[in-house]
Amino acid sequence: MSVLSYNLFIAKIKRKEDFIMQEIYLDNAATTKPCKEAVEKIIDTLNLKYGNPSSLHKKGLEAEKEVEFARAKIAKMLNADSKEIYFTSGGTEANNIALFGAVKAQKRRGKKIITTAIEHPSVYNSVMQLEKQGFEVDFLEPNSTGEISVEQIRRIVDANTILVSVMMVNNEVGSVLPVEKIKDIIKEKNSTALLHIDAVQAFGKLPINVEQFGADLLTISAHKIHGPKGVGALYKRSGVRIEPMTFGGEQQKRLRPGTEPVPLILGFGAAVQQIDPKNDNEKIKGLNRYLRNELLNLKGVSINSPESAAAHIINFSTNKIKSETMLNFLSTKGIYVSSGSACAKGKRSRVLSSMQLPLKRIDTALRISFSRENTQQDINELLAALKEGFAKLTHI
Amino acid sequence: MREIILIKLGEIVLKGLNKKNFEDKLIKNIREKIETVGEFEIKIMQSTIYLIPKKEDDVDFVLLGKKISKIFGIARYTRAAWCSKNLDSIKETAAEYLKKELSTAKTFKVESKRSDKKFKLKSPEISAAIGEYILEKFSNLSVDVNRPEITITIEIRDFGAYVHVDSLPGAGGIPVGTGGRAAVLISGGIDSPVAAWMMAKRGVELVAIHFASPPYTSPRAEQKVVALLNKVAEFSGKIEMITVPFTVLQEQIKRTCAEDFFTIIMRRFMIQIAQKLARKYRCKALITGESLGQVASQTINAIACTDAVAQMPVFRPLIGMDKDEIVAIARKIDTFETSILPYEDCCTIFTPKHPKTKPILNDVQKEESKLNIDQLVKLAVENIKITKILQEN
Repeated sequence: MSVLSYNLFIAKIKRKEDFIMQEIYLDNAATTKPCKEAVEKIIDTLNLKYGNPSSLHKKGLEAEKEVEFARAKIAKMLNADSKEIYFTSGGTEANNIALFGAVKAQKRRGKKIITTAIEHPSVYNSVMQLEKQGFEVDFLEPNSTGEISVEQIRRIVDANTILVSVMMVNNEVGSVLPVEKIKDIIKEKNSTALLHIDAVQAFGKLPINVEQFGADLLTISAHKIHGPKGVGALYKRSGVRIEPMTFGGEQQKRLRPGTEPVPLILGFGAAVQQIDPKNDNEKIKGLNRYLRNELLNLKGVSINSPESAAAHIINFSTNKIKSETMLNFLSTKGIYVSSGSACAKGKRSRVLSSMQLPLKRIDTALRISFSRENTQQDINELLAALKEGFAKLTHI
Repeated sequence: MREIILIKLGEIVLKGLNKKNFEDKLIKNIREKIETVGEFEIKIMQSTIYLIPKKEDDVDFVLLGKKISKIFGIARYTRAAWCSKNLDSIKETAAEYLKKELSTAKTFKVESKRSDKKFKLKSPEISAAIGEYILEKFSNLSVDVNRPEITITIEIRDFGAYVHVDSLPGAGGIPVGTGGRAAVLISGGIDSPVAAWMMAKRGVELVAIHFASPPYTSPRAEQKVVALLNKVAEFSGKIEMITVPFTVLQEQIKRTCAEDFFTIIMRRFMIQIAQKLARKYRCKALITGESLGQVASQTINAIACTDAVAQMPVFRPLIGMDKDEIVAIARKIDTFETSILPYEDCCTIFTPKHPKTKPILNDVQKEESKLNIDQLVKLAVENIKITKILQEN
């Protein structure tokens, strides 16, 4: 940037503060904007349906009915039964209940846990904790595009395995893992292992069928699908026994006691109702294809997501500008992207590191994640800003 | 009986003719600090400051103590009961004021200080009389002069008698404002807030200078510095923070000069810009968090090259300290947790792989002369942003 253009740059920023900048939100894997329907439902519930679902009077019954309605809608999306859905405070809590609860119930049968090196921190760090408690943990390593093969899983599952926890879609690169093949492998090896699937990034984007997957436990979250933050759900197959992690009242069959956050649950339900898998996905696939092609035309850029990745996530490296610098630069233009997982500021991405990418590629990686709200115009603005950044910013 | 706070002055008591200035400043600082806690009458007598609540019921003594513990110039402080100077009243006050402590302890002793020599009993006689009364009242207690659980202190002073148990250590140092004003260069790391705190302890009023390089550094890095200064301000009082736009300058150095000179040239710019701003904001010195040998720019040779552009004293209170000693202070003043938040700051971007550890001034100047120094300094100084950091209440 020349001195003169910098002066103009500052003047522009000062002027820009006077009106609201147009936002281009491309960080939907971190969180999404709650949809109108969810927001309205939450406000209505707070204002009117404030009863405790456990109360015996009419006000309580009214709240309970609504909660059960939301539970049924969510169950239907997963091809599950209502009674198999347990509301939690979000994906992290659901993953914790699933892992610690399953292992505690299964510990007499063996001590081996299988997971991957690219799990979300709420699984990865839980499993690390279990390793400290004496369990044997195998972390499957991904290939250079963040994929894990059925063969890798088959090689490692044995009769001593008590839990297999694998994510359906990776949150940083979008790779899709073959979760639907795992249950057969477990049976084939005469193992009694439970199968847990972290489907937080897949829910609403890819079809999820707990019956077909043979899932015992499966995690989803509301705020990734235009619902509110603070609520998620754990699917637990009927008959699968896991130990609770918290203790309290009789709610949710004691697996997750505590008064249900009714407004958030109803907001979750409202957001689920707005999912239109076919239309949303067609649109997002189109955006992905467009961005992918345009990125390939930019000199020096490498794409870190596999071709087969979930369409809403695309991870690439500029190989020129540090992730944080480009992120800040785009941010000043009202374009919001991620430099990796939203929870790992400052540290080198564990997922990209496990893909054994060159350091330069890891340090310059950006993640774009779409929602149904995005348009091709958003991508054009992003591309223009990236090119401007390449020209103005100092390369590493 | 009324409860008050007694504050014992630190090294101010050693000052000569200008002692009054120090005391006045300290009282002013105390007054500012505690105005949100309640209304107080503040008196000073015999190197002790008396904080007398106007309405005792309104005072949160725990909060008050917390505030007092962060004012420089105070050696020790204590809560005390204040009563009239006759033996019966002192006895009753001691028994009543310390009822809770005395009824659960096993051993105690009484210490007396009689600074009002007109009082008819001598110190040991006062202690004996009070001790006897307490023993009579509390059958659970016995006297232990060597290792008592509770030491009751009786002070006979000009305005009255005071009863208290243990006093607490104050922040030490001398009152902020008695040591002039200086500008601290603050990045967001562990060291500079500690350096700022140490100089505030020596009475220095602070101005903070922060170099920001957006978009290489994020708004959060600047927010982090604000959070750090808020912590320092709990001790130093309000701080003016000056944010200097550093992007163009760093880009130009990176593009124009040899890579291994990057850090040393950058630091010379920092000093030049900082002292221009320091003069403008009535500061007489700069403060940095450098510690000898910690990084390449903190060797004797590098510091010599940096100081060659300095025309005012550059204080480096951490120069002889180890990292763990610095961290210990950072934890004490509660800046450590914030300092380790992982955001890039202007000192961590563009860092050369092999910086010069023994730069020679001539070479540095030659390399630097490729840049339009005056224009770059001027541009930075003209585009500063001021943020007022108030002490948190």
